[in-house]
Amino acid sequence: MILTRDSLSWWRWVRYQLRVRLLRTGLSRIEITNKLDALVNTLFTNIPSGVGSHRKDLKLSQQDEKNVLRNGARWAVSEGYGAKEDLEHIEEKGCIPGADPELVSARALERGRAQLGTLGSGNHFVEVGYVSEVYDEEIARVLGLEQDGITIVVHTGSRGLGYQVCDDFIRVMIDASRKYNIELPDRQLCCAPINSPQGKEYLATMACAANYAFANRQMITHWVRESFEDALHIGPKESKISLVYDVCHNIAKFEEHIVGGEKKRLCVHRKGATRAFPPYHPQIPDAYKSVGQPVLIPGDMGRCSYVLVGTEKAYADTFGSTCHGAGRVMSRGQATRTAKGRNIARELKEKGILVRADSRATMDEEIPEAYKDVTEVVNIVERAGISKKIVQLKPLCVIKG
Amino acid sequence: MTKYILVDHTADIGIDVFGSSLQELFSHAAFALFDIITDLSRVEGKYEYKISISGIDKEQVLVNWLSELLYLHDVKNLLFSNFYVVDITDNQLNAVVRGEAFIENKHVIKTEIKAVTYHNLSIIQEDHHWKARVIFDL
Repeated sequence: MILTRDSLSWWRWVRYQLRVRLLRTGLSRIEITNKLDALVNTLFTNIPSGVGSHRKDLKLSQQDEKNVLRNGARWAVSEGYGAKEDLEHIEEKGCIPGADPELVSARALERGRAQLGTLGSGNHFVEVGYVSEVYDEEIARVLGLEQDGITIVVHTGSRGLGYQVCDDFIRVMIDASRKYNIELPDRQLCCAPINSPQGKEYLATMACAANYAFANRQMITHWVRESFEDALHIGPKESKISLVYDVCHNIAKFEEHIVGGEKKRLCVHRKGATRAFPPYHPQIPDAYKSVGQPVLIPGDMGRCSYVLVGTEKAYADTFGSTCHGAGRVMSRGQATRTAKGRNIARELKEKGILVRADSRATMDEEIPEAYKDVTEVVNIVERAGISKKIVQLKPLCVIKG
Repeated sequence: MTKYILVDHTADIGIDVFGSSLQELFSHAAFALFDIITDLSRVEGKYEYKISISGIDKEQVLVNWLSELLYLHDVKNLLFSNFYVVDITDNQLNAVVRGEAFIENKHVIKTEIKAVTYHNLSIIQEDHHWKARVIFDL
């Protein structure tokens, strides 16, 4: 949904700051094939995912949490989670400006404090895979990806803090919709003008949730690094885990775009879509200037994911956006019924993919058939010219909440 | 009488809830929420919690009521199995719920619900029966 400055903030859809991060390693497939069991178990132990689970070594005061909301991944790096170089490869360098933690409710802070550094359940995951196909070697090299190279995808968001921010603001926006005489076809679409006090407060709170998600991702990355070193008995110089990119999948941001031949400042909200900026756009990391912004399109547990780059055509036609994933084709209920009587973990193991999940229900709901074939989806956006296929990734092991 | 049925929704999950009174309807909606989250046969009503909710109309009271229980579940790791709505008006609800804290190996979490939404929300009265539809965000 695209909005101009004077239009309404359909903030309902801007609710949870989901994001994905892609990591590359110095390892190749052959080096870890025999150690996948140890790796998946270590990742599952080190990265909290179940109900009420959290790292015992993580103590967070309310002041700490406000720093997380203000500074995002920068906070995490200053606390020893990862390195400064990581920040270069995160959208907005891991911190959306304008975040005001004083606007975040006590309840949202409370939920956030308990869940920082946790993966969450549902479709959240950490997936270790390898580069199974390379479509453009030159660009792949710039992104640090090569045939059979090991990659890691981390998918999680702002957790309970984001859900609570949404609950809090839906109440604010229902009142605001009445105040501004906005007629609603569905109460869930409650909103306010972006420049109203409610609109501005929402954006400053949304930035907090986004920063929380950046920090969460950065902490999990740190534990991914530790897990590789523990499970494979190697040091950081051998594992060489670094960021390809980390981008939001669901956020509204002010950006400059050309509309009717004129440069305009717009609030662009991407939901079910992700940013795909072209080469030489000022908002992409220096290392990728010549190739465009990397975009990760995660598939389901059993098939594959893709790395694409943004194009000029996306900037001109879709406000610099492309698809963000495969999308479900079955409801969770249908998926669970389809999975009945089957052992999904064993089916995947026979295909060479190890899965550790906190609950069996999650596994059943997330069966590969529940999703559209990501290859078809990616081929469509490539044919439309709004992104370019660079490599395909295939999963080796996955941890899920 | 059936307390609720699941309504399929591609990305989320919905419920149609039934009750012979508004009190029963709200109690069944809370039951449905926790029936989706966990296996309720393993949850004991060891502790009692009093809950008061307000809202601009009964639809908002319903969303706020379920959101409150979800908040308590999420923050205090509580699971609820008994829901008694003491009194209810269009703007206010008072309830007593019973449950216990999540115990690993005893309880299971089937589904994580992110939020209760207003999408397609309805509360209708047909003859002497009440029916509501609620969509949860997963």
